[in-house]
Amino acid sequence: MDLSAINPILFVAGFLVAATPLIFAALGELVVEKSGTLNLGVEGMMITGAICGFATAVETGSPLLGFAAAAVGGALLSLLFAFLTQIALANQVASGLALTLFGLGLSALLGQSYVGIKPPRLPDINFGPLADIPVIGPILFTHDIILYLGVALVAGVWATLKFTRAGLILRAVGESHDAAHALGYKVVRIRTLAIMFGGACAGLGGAYISLIRVPQWTEGMTAGVGWIALALVVFASWKPWRLLLGAYLFGGITQLQLNLQGAGVAIPVEYLAMSPYLITIIVLVILSRDKSAAPACLGRTFHASS
Amino acid sequence: MTDTPLLDLSGLTKAYPGVIANEDVSLRIAPGEVHALLGENGAGKSTLVKMIYGLVKPDAGQMQMFGAPFAPSEPRAARAAGVGMVFQHFSLFEALTVAENIALGMENAPKLSALSQRIRDVSDTYGLPLAPDRTVGDLSAGERQRVEIIRCLLQDPKLLIMDEPTSVLTPQEVEILFKTLRKLSAEGTAILYISHKLEEIRTLCDSATILRLGKVVGHCVPRETSARDMAEMMVGKLLQTPTRAGKTPGDVVLSLQSLSAKSPSAFGMPLRDISVDVRGGEVLGIGGVAGNGQDELLAALSGETLSAPGMISFRGRDIGLLGPTPRRAMGILSAPEERLGHAAAPDMSLTENAMLTAAMREKLDTGGMLNWNKARGFAQKVIDAFDVRTPGPGNAARSLSGGNLQKFVIGREVLQRPDLFVVNQPTWGVDASAAAAIRQALLDLAEGGAAIIVISQDLDELMEISDRFAALNEGRLSDPRPAEGLTVEEIGLMMGGAHGMEVAHV
Repeated sequence: MDLSAINPILFVAGFLVAATPLIFAALGELVVEKSGTLNLGVEGMMITGAICGFATAVETGSPLLGFAAAAVGGALLSLLFAFLTQIALANQVASGLALTLFGLGLSALLGQSYVGIKPPRLPDINFGPLADIPVIGPILFTHDIILYLGVALVAGVWATLKFTRAGLILRAVGESHDAAHALGYKVVRIRTLAIMFGGACAGLGGAYISLIRVPQWTEGMTAGVGWIALALVVFASWKPWRLLLGAYLFGGITQLQLNLQGAGVAIPVEYLAMSPYLITIIVLVILSRDKSAAPACLGRTFHASS
Repeated sequence: MTDTPLLDLSGLTKAYPGVIANEDVSLRIAPGEVHALLGENGAGKSTLVKMIYGLVKPDAGQMQMFGAPFAPSEPRAARAAGVGMVFQHFSLFEALTVAENIALGMENAPKLSALSQRIRDVSDTYGLPLAPDRTVGDLSAGERQRVEIIRCLLQDPKLLIMDEPTSVLTPQEVEILFKTLRKLSAEGTAILYISHKLEEIRTLCDSATILRLGKVVGHCVPRETSARDMAEMMVGKLLQTPTRAGKTPGDVVLSLQSLSAKSPSAFGMPLRDISVDVRGGEVLGIGGVAGNGQDELLAALSGETLSAPGMISFRGRDIGLLGPTPRRAMGILSAPEERLGHAAAPDMSLTENAMLTAAMREKLDTGGMLNWNKARGFAQKVIDAFDVRTPGPGNAARSLSGGNLQKFVIGREVLQRPDLFVVNQPTWGVDASAAAAIRQALLDLAEGGAAIIVISQDLDELMEISDRFAALNEGRLSDPRPAEGLTVEEIGLMMGGAHGMEVAHV
């Protein structure tokens, strides 16, 4: 075993990258759940975003266009969920699970001709002298723009929910759709927009895996990150900053176990591979002892009766 | 013309599939007028105010405000035109703060800090104390209503609609509310006031419009009309005052000996040392301010909470350790206050709800297999006997209006021929004619020899049907006294806790 093979600076920079798909997916789902809808289709929307982004980036040669396509793809798929649950009033749990299965199949179909191709690389942002600061520079200032977008989005969602009227209305719809309806707010429209935002975020998260983190296309490559995102939202008590923390914890342990594997630690690989999931859940369970934070109407179907 | 009405409705009609909610309804309200809208459950009051508030579009008819056409397409438009509404079931968000709730109901909400200041100002002006930063989930019913009222007041309404505002308030809170409403009316705000409580309407309102089956059947000046006359206009027939023949108390059916029990809920009131005998054929009325042990007493009698041996005996047999099912088998039936969720399962059909409590006594099951035909027949019997307005026993309990469900819940127990029937708030939220029918059913049951315990916060009701009256206060029961001839002062003392020496160590 050779722990000195782990470079702490590369390690930290690596876990920021590992956490980013999770941040996007979980943040989108947080907004969806705040509006009172439970979309279990995150995994399906991520993998669809992953292939939409990958294919578009390969065909156009522009990774940024790829990310845009991923967001659009995720949002389009989420529209299916919005139609089922908001218009057809179908059960949200069943619809979400169906969305995941559908997304996995659809992405496999779309991705058939993209296996084994290398996508164009998204260059890191050039921060100039900032990147030369010892330790901090390589950790914080050597990433691509999407990673910073993820962190900015956390701040944006937090501020929107806390300080703006739009955020207040979103929370209100999630707390009591009947009361919101009685005040004249368009519950279905607001929820549909939230679901589309969630889909776009999940798509971005998926594309981050296929274009930056891995970067290649394989079937089912999101490997359960969508499910972790769902759990993360609950355990983060629907709080954006706590969600960021949880994502970094998960990313950190993922990166650590990869490094430990590389360093040849005498623990079976299977245990190392399961450790990020286990530790993230344990820590978040301890953090989330106040159960009151769940939106009161979460998962309940809204039907406007006069 | 100088006295243009503030709101002028003419010929409003709204039909839903299978039912005409409003037919050709016309109504005028002058500025500063307190106008009552009266009617039985299902008379179309709610639909009418929803049209004024823009939640429902009329099929035909015009609305005018200050002489100008007024057709709000959504609540936002109605609010902008100066209509405010306080809902019967509060339209509040429990997890949000008072200020956030109020901001949600406003068109151009200022910043929260500025809004908080305005909330404080308005609550001071109208004597409605309210802290803007408290979470609504922690507020009492009266305080929640204040949130709604202040939300309306901040928009400077010309017309304030109040849907059954006092059904959740204590008498003191009603007093405060009425003061606020009078002040508003003096300032020129018109108030459209919907209520069942005729005496309240007589004290508060300047004029009244009475609806029956969606049509206007009359107008009156409440101060000059007796409550009885108004009730008869609402129902369209002469009201039967509950009557009973001679009183022949039988043997002691239920005997409580120093019943004490902890409350099952964290915020409940424990029962303390309750002793009373109830005889067959007797109605014992139990009054008291809500939250003084009413729910706990019903639970102790129904068997939902068990009590120590020797505290409760039924026909001489100790039943303190028996659960609800064996007690039902013996003939102890009960109807709790909370209709949806306690007395009835909201999303189950009436047939299923009938099965839930009547399976044993009506033999609706054999060897664990349910006989749905028989259950449906029993549910239909309840519906027929108690005039429950519903398309049929297959409808979900939730789909019934409060009064109709109450009739079903009471009827379901009454038709199982109880020997002891315990009921909490039998006519809460029920209109006058249905309430009279329920009271008559209780008296008939007593006539047949059953012992009845009626727990209620409606003192008039208790005086009307009780043989003896006792009051719950802090979980203690006063000594029962014959109801006949009790004065209001005496009742007040019983409710206020003047239990002889016991007061000293409360």
